[in-house]
Order: sequence, then C-alpha cells, then structure tokens
Amino acid sequence: MNNAVLSNTVLEKETKLSRRTFIVGSAAIAAGGLALGLNVPFAEAAEAPDAPNEVNIWVAIKPDDTCVIRIARSEMGQGTLTGIAQLVAEELECDWKKVTTEGISPGRNLASKRAWGEMGTGGSRGIRTSEDYVRRGGAAARLMLLQAAAAQWNVPVSELTVSDGVITHAASKRSIGYGAVAAAAARLTPPDPKTIKLKDPKDWKIAGKALKRLDTADKLDGSKVFAIDLKLPGMLNAAIKDCPVFGGKLKSYDESKIVGMPGVKKVVRVQDSAVAVVADTWWRARTALAALPVVWDEGPGALQSSATIADMLRDGLNATATNGDRQNGDALKAIAEAPKKLEAVYATPFLAHATMEVMNCTVKLSADGAEAWVPSQNLEASLAALSEASGIPLDKCEIHRHDLGGGFGRRGGTQDFVHQAVEIAKQFPGVPVKMIWSREEDQAHDFYRPISQCKLSAGLDADGNLTGLHVRVSGQSINAMLNPKGVVDGKDMRQLQGLYATPGDAQLGYSVPNLLIEYAMRNTHVPVGPWRGVNTNQNAVYIECFMDEVAKAAAKDPLEFRRALMKDYPKHLAVLNAAAEKGDWGKPLPAGVHRGIAQFMGYGSYSAAVAEVSVSPEGKLKVHRTVLAINCGHAVNPGQIEAQVQGSVAFGLTATLYGEMPVENGRMTHLNFDTYEIMRLAEMPKVETVIVPTYDFWGGVGEPTICVVAPAVLNAVFAATGKPIRSLPLKNVKLV
Amino acid sequence: MPKLNINGEVRDVAVEPDTPLLWVIREQVGLTGTKYGCGIAQCGACSVHINGEVQRSCSIAVGDVNATDLIVTIEGLSAGASHPVQKAWAAVDVPQCGYCQSGQIMAAAALLKKNPKPTDKDIDEAMTNICRCGTYQRIREAVHMAAGVGTTGRGG
Repeated sequence: MNNAVLSNTVLEKETKLSRRTFIVGSAAIAAGGLALGLNVPFAEAAEAPDAPNEVNIWVAIKPDDTCVIRIARSEMGQGTLTGIAQLVAEELECDWKKVTTEGISPGRNLASKRAWGEMGTGGSRGIRTSEDYVRRGGAAARLMLLQAAAAQWNVPVSELTVSDGVITHAASKRSIGYGAVAAAAARLTPPDPKTIKLKDPKDWKIAGKALKRLDTADKLDGSKVFAIDLKLPGMLNAAIKDCPVFGGKLKSYDESKIVGMPGVKKVVRVQDSAVAVVADTWWRARTALAALPVVWDEGPGALQSSATIADMLRDGLNATATNGDRQNGDALKAIAEAPKKLEAVYATPFLAHATMEVMNCTVKLSADGAEAWVPSQNLEASLAALSEASGIPLDKCEIHRHDLGGGFGRRGGTQDFVHQAVEIAKQFPGVPVKMIWSREEDQAHDFYRPISQCKLSAGLDADGNLTGLHVRVSGQSINAMLNPKGVVDGKDMRQLQGLYATPGDAQLGYSVPNLLIEYAMRNTHVPVGPWRGVNTNQNAVYIECFMDEVAKAAAKDPLEFRRALMKDYPKHLAVLNAAAEKGDWGKPLPAGVHRGIAQFMGYGSYSAAVAEVSVSPEGKLKVHRTVLAINCGHAVNPGQIEAQVQGSVAFGLTATLYGEMPVENGRMTHLNFDTYEIMRLAEMPKVETVIVPTYDFWGGVGEPTICVVAPAVLNAVFAATGKPIRSLPLKNVKLV
Repeated sequence: MPKLNINGEVRDVAVEPDTPLLWVIREQVGLTGTKYGCGIAQCGACSVHINGEVQRSCSIAVGDVNATDLIVTIEGLSAGASHPVQKAWAAVDVPQCGYCQSGQIMAAAALLKKNPKPTDKDIDEAMTNICRCGTYQRIREAVHMAAGVGTTGRGG
C-alpha cells in the first residue's frame, strides 16, 4: 500500500508578495506525477466576485453588516480559524460581533488560480505563513469601503474615520455601516497590496486579545457534522482491512462465508494489500469484514520486531558514515582529552497519532466529476489524491471541507485514505460511499512518529565547563518515506530538527566550543510521518535530558549550567528565564517534590518548561505542576495559545508516560486505547502558561511547546531519584 | 420490531440485536452527535445517559436495551444548549477539535446530577473520557463553573 498512497503535496513559493509563484507537485510516487505550476497574481486575484458584496477574496459583507471572512487553512482544534479571522478583522476595522467565517474549498482555490494561497495546515504554519496576506486582504477591503463611502458622500477619503464597521464623516455628522457600501466597494479597483501599511501590533484591538473561538457553538450540542458523520442520499458504507504487516499483500479472501449477511453489497479488493466490505450501514460492513476469511502474503516485513529494529538503530549509533551533520571545533578530540567524560544512549519509540476521529473519507464518482468529503490538513493534497486515484481531471474534482476531529500531522501529506476510498467508490458509480477505519485499523496503519536512538558524549574540563559534545541520532527518516526530494545526496537534516546551527526555525540554543551533531539514517519497514512537534520531540529529550546529566557531573545547577552556554542565544535564554522565574526555580519545595527544567526551539518559536513531580516510595510518579513559557513572536490570541500549551502538556505527557507502539512479527501490537494508553484528566497537572512575545517575528503555536514537556518531567524525575531516564515511555521504567 | 426511547421519542429500529447502541443511534436513528472513538468503552466519546446514568453506548447491544429505558443523547440534553454544563463549556471555551466533547459534556452532566458540588477528586474519578487535544484543564474549570450555577434541565 504505502508506495501507492502518498500524495505529498509540496508547495514552494517565492516570498514576494505581489506576485507569488506556487508549484503544486504531487510527490510523483503514485500514478504519474500530477504537477502544475501556477503564477498567482495577488492583486488581480479578486476576479469574478461571486457576490456583489464580496469586497475582495478575503472579505464579503452582507447588507446587515455581517462580515464573512474567508478561511483557507484547515481547522482541527488548534484555533487557526479564529486567529486568522482576528487578523483580517483587525485590519478591516469591523465589528467583531458581526464576524462569521466561510471555508474555501480547494477546487474553488484552484479555479481562482490559487488566490487564497497555500491551504496546507501543518508545521504550525497556519497563521505565521499567511498573516501577511490575510492582514493585507483585510486592510485592502477597509480602504475600498472607505473609498466607496467617500464617493457616495463626495468628500475626501482623508476626512473619514472608521470604527467597528461604521464609517463616519465628522464634518457633516454622517455615518454609514459597511453593509451599505459593500456593493459599491466591490466595484472599485483594489489598492496595490504593497502600498498598504499594516497596523503596529501595539495598536491591535481585535488581534492580540484572548477572544473566544468562533467555532464552539456546534461542538456543544452534537450538531457539528464531522466527515465521519456525513449523511448523503443513497450513501453506502465501507469497512476496510489492510495487510497487518507493512509491505504485505492481500492474497485471497472467501466471499462465500459472508454471503447473505445483513446489508452487505459487495467485497472489494483495494489496491494490492487491502480488502473492504461495502454495506448499507458501517456496522454491518464491519461485522461482515470481521467474518470474512482473509489470507495475506505478509512478505519479508513479518520478520521484523522491536528487537530487530533496535539492533539496526544501535548499528547506526556506532557507524561512522552520517546522513547529515553540523560541527564546530573537534568534538571527538575534545571529549577524548577531557578530564571528565560522560556517555549515554537514549531511545524513543514509534508513536501513533490516535486522532479521536478515525481516518475516514466519503467519495462519489460520477460521469461529470469526482467529489470527496474528507477531514484533511491539506485540502489541496486531498484534491490531488482524488484526481490521481480516480483519473478524473483536477478541474472536475472537488473536496468538501469538514473540520477535523484531530489531525496532529496524520492528515496532511499522507492521503492514503482518499486513495482507498476512491478505489472502493469506483465499484459504485454515482453512489457516495463512506469508508471508515476501525480504531484498530487506525492504530495499525498510521504513519508513525519515527523511532530513534541517540548516543551522546560530553567532555568537561576541571572546572566543570562543557568543552565537547557529540550527538549521534540513529533513526528513521520522514523525508525518505514521504518526501524523497528532501534527502539530498544522502543527507537529511530534518531528523536533526531543533539542533540546527541556522537561526529562525529550530536552532539549538547552546554554544559548545567543540560540537559534532550527526544523523545516521536507519529506515525500517514501518511507515513514518510527521507527528505533532515532529522531530523536536525526540531531539529535545536527548539534548535536554543529557544536559541535566552533564550538569550533575559538573556539580552545577541545571539552570545555571544551561545559562552559561546560552549567551549567544538571547531569545532562547529569555524564554528559559521566563519559565524559571514563573516556575519558582531555586525556591523551596514541599518535601518529596522535585523540579526539572528544559528549553528548545521549533516552528520558529522558543519554548521552555519547568515541571514539579514527586515519586512515591512505590515508584509512582505524580506530576503536580508545569510552567511553560513561549515566545511565538506575535501572540494573536493569548487565550488560544494558552489552550494549545495546555494541550501540549497533555500530548507530551501521554507520550512520556504511556506512548509506545511495539512491533511484533512485522505488525503493530497496540491497536486500541486499552493498550495504547492516553493520559486522562486525573493525571493532568496544573499548567501555567507564560507568553512572552517579542513582536519581531512570527512563530508557530500548535507544536513548539510539546517537546519541552517530556524533558522537563524526566529531569524532575532525575532530580527525585538520582537516576537518569533514557528510554520512553515511563510505564516501562522502574523509578525506584 | 425493537423500540427505543431516545430523547423522549419512541422509535422503531429494525436492526440485528447485537448491534451496539452507538451505531443504532448514529446509523438507524441518525443522531451523529454521539461519536465513535474506540468501540471498547475506553474513550467515552460515545457516552449517553440511560435512565440517568452515563453509559458508553459502543459496548451496549441494542438488544439489551428496553423500550422503557430512557436514553438521552447530546442532542437531547437541553434545548438550545442551555444545560449549565453546556453554558460553562461555552464560557470557558473548552472545545478544541470538539470531537470528544459530546461525550465529555454527557459525562459532566451525569456527574453533576449525582454530585452537584464535586471536588477535584470527584472530577478526576468521574471524568475519564479521553481528549486527545488535551482540554482537560478547561474541562475541570468548566465542571466547577457549572457546579457553581447549579444543575437544571433534562440531563436524563
């Protein structure tokens, strides 16, 4: 399955605002490469407004002054929809109480020459890579509305003011609402976006405020329609099972054994590795699938297990060749000559995304086109997958938007579920077919967080100063799996995320006189992909936990030891200090409670955490309190940042305490929440969020703070027990 | 034909008796606010009230439910999302993706009906539904808020 299912849309763009060049390239793994190069003129994008009140592509205003703000990015709980609306509304100067939103479909975006830009929602990019053009969109609409009012009243536009969507001409004591001039404004020539001066964040009234989310109401009464909830006339339902061993094939199945079972319409071979049962309802499809005898050709993957994979990774730790590195000085020599040396090997497991809404996709293929309803983090990748799999041209395909019941990286570049649903729907022309994975299927066929090990060696001088550090990560590559173009001449720096020398995105915040950081690529037969926070999670555990081991060997306080290495990294240091201060670092604690600290950078943002834990005499861990600090540059909605930080703690702690996906006989073994445990409310520590924006860059929010949770907690456990934790999850570790 | 009383309405459901109540609610009755998450009573996304008790409907066979059993789903919890739990959820801005929240709200409503002033420990013990977005801190805050305004409404 895995080779045929990837539709990894890679978007590249020039940074020039007025004329953006986008290239959509389906990563050419599957049937033929769909590739279109499009030149998108920003200013001319508002061609053929679909309503007289559409001021521009981002803003439509109804006669009753309701402002409809268009949203291209996907919403999966992270709050991007509300944040983007705040940025547009801020520049538009409309009444926030009258704001509603409308999602743009990828077909509409494509038909408009991608006027709405990139739709992919991952890498914590939703706001930070669209803030400029959405704010200009809001500002351009404001200028046009003002211009229209000035023309109507025959006064200079400079004499007008606007507040909360009401335009006022003070001299003549006239005022008018946006709704009354929107139609006239829509007919005006839009201003050149380059000439628009955006507001100073200091003057923000809507953005920068902890406003409530716009998308809560239908999540409270069951009325929100997730894709899994879709009902269409005549719709059929499909349950699917893919070969449990990755890389295996479907050999045969005995359809006669389920003949006559209630509601069953058909058994369908899907690609070369899966079988689906289609029935009137999903439960009947699933019941029949469970009763269907299936024979698999499991292939060579069946010989693999957690133990064989661990052996392969250990080999990578000790090999000399690298698949990407950075260095300064001579770390190996410095460590060899150091009076005090340390070495440690860490390991982190495969993890499943476990979105609460399982993978699903509804497809209807007919003579005049293809439609799909799919929860997607990359609606354009879904569109490309629909076209590729169906053979129907892109301009006859459309994806209907549904907000996601969780994404976490699972539903972006990997559109395997769209390919499967199309193959099933091909058997039922003109009939919509909804394919839903069982939880077990969802756990068994993820693109998992890559497994890795890391060997770290350090040299300390007689005064306990770090003179050399050697970090060697051995593990699986996401790029090798999903984005082969990202591996250049065998080098793949993405697996060293958070350890980069270059500033701006995921820079290591320490200066070490002799430093060598290397990556050894060791790919398994298990598919891997981005998992919320991606490689910052594992790399932060390795660096930040080892830092505490080294600090202890140097007989130094972990915070002071870090600070001494961070003089060249003031932004990293400022966030670390913010967490330490709010987290009462150095202040007395109740008996038995211990603190740990960690900092890291990812997605353009700086994060740090302090955790307070206790370990009972029986070895039971309790996390009492966490303090997380983040500098994400601009804080568009502090309330939602706080929510994301709280969510980060739950996500990060689940991985720390419970997360693992062991491999036996080539297949995943933890197929539901009884074995793949997720942290629940009772274990959720108090989270205090410290937002320290510096307003000189735009960083992400959905992911960056996850990676500091595990090392802060593990370092606190180290402080409590004196024993470093080098392998996750903690449920497998005897703490005392 | 088996009958179910859901949200005060008695309906005929023509379905195999071993079908989980969850899937009858979703596919035969057509109420989709009650969610599938795990199918093994682990996550609580499928929580409904049966005779006032919160139950995980994915693991109850419809054949084991009587026509006299009063089933309340999220759609029937209140008119216009007016239950104190729903109001508190809105006030605290609890949901992120929202997928698990029907179940969380049903669990919280059942808790408050039995225990109008729950302690943190009571909340720990009663609120065992999984939220993958990690809204737990706000759930706790919202349960306390709802307790502060008392519980009225149908709630099952």
